[in-house]
Amino acid sequence: MLSMKSLKKTAVGLAATAMFSGSALAAEDTIKVGILHSLSGTMAISETTLKDTMLMLIEEQNKKGGLLGKKLEAVVVDPASNWPLFAEKARELIEKKKVSAVFGCWTSVSRKSVLPVFEELNSLLFYPVQYEGEESSKNVFYTGAAPNQQAIPAVDYLMNEIGVERWVLEGTDYVYPRTTNKILEAYLKAKGVDEKDILINYTPFGFADWQSEVAKIKKFGSAGKKTAVVSTVNGDANVPFYKELGNQGISAEDIPVVAFSVGEEELSGIDTKPLVGHLAAWNYFMSVDSETNDSFIEAWHAYIKDKKRVTNDPMEAHYIGFNMWVEAVKKAGTTDPAAVQDAIIGVAVPNLTGGLSAMMPNHHITKPVLIGEIQKDGQFEVVWETSGLVVGDAWSDYLPGSKDLISDWRVPLSCGNYNVKTGKCSGQNF
Amino acid sequence: MHFQLKILIFLFSMLVTHGAVAEAESKSFEQIKNLITSKSFAEKTQAVSLLAAHPERRTTEILNALLEGELYYRKTDKLLLITKKQNREYIVSDAITGQDLGVVKKREIKKITTNNSIRKKIRAALAVKQLDSEDAVTRYQAVNQILGDPDAEMVTHLQQRLEIENDKKVRQAIELALAITELESADKKDRLAAIAGVSGSIEPAVRGKLATIVADDPDEAVRKAAKKALNNISVQIQLYSFLETLFFGLSLGSVLVLAAIGLAITFGVMGVINMAHGELIMLGAYTTYVIQQALPELIGLSVLLAIPAAFIVSGLVGILIEKTVIRHLYGRPLETLLATFGISLILQQTVRSIFSPLNRSVVTPEWMSGSLEINSVLSLTYNRLYIIIFCLLVFVVLNIILKKTSLGLQVRAVTQNRSMARAMGVRSARVDALTFGLGSGIAGVAGVALSQLTNVGPNLGQSYIVDSFMVVVFGGVGNLAGTLVSGLSLGVVNQFLEPWAGAVLAKILILIFIILFIQKRPRGLFPQKGRSAEG
Repeated sequence: MLSMKSLKKTAVGLAATAMFSGSALAAEDTIKVGILHSLSGTMAISETTLKDTMLMLIEEQNKKGGLLGKKLEAVVVDPASNWPLFAEKARELIEKKKVSAVFGCWTSVSRKSVLPVFEELNSLLFYPVQYEGEESSKNVFYTGAAPNQQAIPAVDYLMNEIGVERWVLEGTDYVYPRTTNKILEAYLKAKGVDEKDILINYTPFGFADWQSEVAKIKKFGSAGKKTAVVSTVNGDANVPFYKELGNQGISAEDIPVVAFSVGEEELSGIDTKPLVGHLAAWNYFMSVDSETNDSFIEAWHAYIKDKKRVTNDPMEAHYIGFNMWVEAVKKAGTTDPAAVQDAIIGVAVPNLTGGLSAMMPNHHITKPVLIGEIQKDGQFEVVWETSGLVVGDAWSDYLPGSKDLISDWRVPLSCGNYNVKTGKCSGQNF
Repeated sequence: MHFQLKILIFLFSMLVTHGAVAEAESKSFEQIKNLITSKSFAEKTQAVSLLAAHPERRTTEILNALLEGELYYRKTDKLLLITKKQNREYIVSDAITGQDLGVVKKREIKKITTNNSIRKKIRAALAVKQLDSEDAVTRYQAVNQILGDPDAEMVTHLQQRLEIENDKKVRQAIELALAITELESADKKDRLAAIAGVSGSIEPAVRGKLATIVADDPDEAVRKAAKKALNNISVQIQLYSFLETLFFGLSLGSVLVLAAIGLAITFGVMGVINMAHGELIMLGAYTTYVIQQALPELIGLSVLLAIPAAFIVSGLVGILIEKTVIRHLYGRPLETLLATFGISLILQQTVRSIFSPLNRSVVTPEWMSGSLEINSVLSLTYNRLYIIIFCLLVFVVLNIILKKTSLGLQVRAVTQNRSMARAMGVRSARVDALTFGLGSGIAGVAGVALSQLTNVGPNLGQSYIVDSFMVVVFGGVGNLAGTLVSGLSLGVVNQFLEPWAGAVLAKILILIFIILFIQKRPRGLFPQKGRSAEG
């Protein structure tokens, strides 16, 4: 009974703290910014860092005097890696907490879950992670990479610079790898790669027993043609995957692996010596030599009070997205979502690689694409980059269903999926 | 007198020629320096070729440093430096003279970066230098390094080496390497001879070259010969890949057995449905991590030390769980299930609070990484090999404990007939606690093994709990040998299914098979006999 009582007490205490952080601080003269990232559950590993990044950015903005003469106030909720809970928490943020914009989500399934809420309540979501494309919502701003800003340039690099002729598309079994691999397969075939030279493989989330998969890759790669692995393996399954590659003696010089979900944060948990030379494609690396990057890293280390913490690509996406929103609010003179939606198109802010990124009419942004090789110290060394910025493409040109679609949220078109052949907008909001 | 003069003249001429050589050398080094410090990878590649051809002895050290990422240059004058990093300090030496230059700050120097193709080139260049090594093993490795695509220069080097080579293994390797280059000869006869020379070799380089010949050689006879050779090779390879899959299956099976064998005691022998079993495994894995943190210099030893430590930690936690929760719930399986599920959540959250929700990295010791190369197709990874051995060891020790010790006797007595055992003076409560502790401790030991294979995180246990129950139920509840057989066979079946069904489908097929099997034989592979089975 005693334990029951104390349990209740803690529960009350917890509720009180939650309420305190939520509403007690709320005064009329602040602008509220929602942060919708999982702080518990499987995605907490990646998303907690993004919550901290947002808190840091908001704190910095407040030091600069806030926005429109008001202070910014962060409202943090925890959707606990639970996809339906994302939608509930989003509704809570918009309806109850009255936030002006929300920065959040990591997995595509969580984004799909909150999408109807944002459209119904006409609010703003800034989504910072690379994703599979095939979507353009009036209410979502995609600051991560679309497939043509990550996957396609990476394949181009391997094909043109390394001379790869045989391809293994290895992915975790869910929507992002499946769609990306569909696009890549179509792209490779369009480039004249034979069907026999493409091997597509899926493994479940958290897969640990990689021995047969790696043996299969090894066998596929011993056919006399230069082979590379394009990996959309997600989360912590990467650690045993790379370990097995090292143990079976597959070096990056023989069969390079280019990954789209492995960044500095993921590598900080493993011994990278056997991985030297394997590749990753991103729009930002911590090792990038630029002044904005140096000061960002410095600020991050000061904020998180740990010099060993790394920065990564989704953090840069939040940096860009947040600054774009700030600029758009200044331009519109109000935080009203409808006004910000119009004002933000065309806004350009500095990215961390030393250039400017701009918000395009399709709600995607312009970014440089970098290919990096893993180093012994867990950092990436840039070995190739696109000569200019790449515009994010919402609808892939390589899929039959989407190649005729374009997205342009400016008037008069105001449509996320306008079909240039039939001249019709499907009328959906996304 | 005359003689002395001669010596003097000789010495003088030596000096002059040496001086001239040194001057030419420094000139070419100047060029190399400019190329290697350039940003362009193409120019760096050029520098590597120049370095490789350079007669200076220290080029090997420079190339090695470049390969290891230890070659830097001073920003002020582009002086090439070999650096050793020691606790945030950079100890540098002049790369060309080898002279020690003390300690510098990171800001003053810049690393010379490489990419995959440059590293490959360096390795080939170093291999050529090693062709004349004293050590036959080094020579053999060197030949294998350039086996695939030696350039013209390497071919002449190989031919020269072949004439003086006396080690049989190295000779064979060189002959094979030369035959592979002959496969591209313009002369049809040479190609045919080369095909005969390489047939029987299962080197991937040979297969690759033969496959291209089959695809686009202009001559019909050559294509046929190549196809025949390729078919011969693929028969051999099929055999090896069968052995490889078998090994994979046994290793996966051992992991399953290790994870399940603790459960075979607590669930199988005692009849307690312990949903916290996975978390006891996780505790073992975290024990390994903690010991590694305490002994950062002795990675190999720390893994060995972790085995008894994990047994004690998980065993004590197990005894605690038994004393506080499970003993009050004997004979009430549903409540036990719920209570232990709750315990599993508590344990997970405790670990999350102490160690953070992030995965911890457990370092694999040197002797457990890499693989035992049987030939170029079949190689057995050491970590899996050790885990198979370890699993069998644990099984044997556990059997001895249960069959030969007095504790084992008491355990079997209590499980067969509790009241009779008590009447004979066995303290059943104590035996229960110890048995549960034993099963839990074994789970901890499994955690040590798993920490070498998979991620050590708070959710580690969850991914093994279902598999563990599956193995125990399939093998027959209350039967240790059944657990061994069922774990190994499920592992092997899974690995044979995986290549053609895919990882996701293979797992589903196994589960369907077990459901059907349990319908037919509800007591598993090896049902327990006797009266206790009814109770």
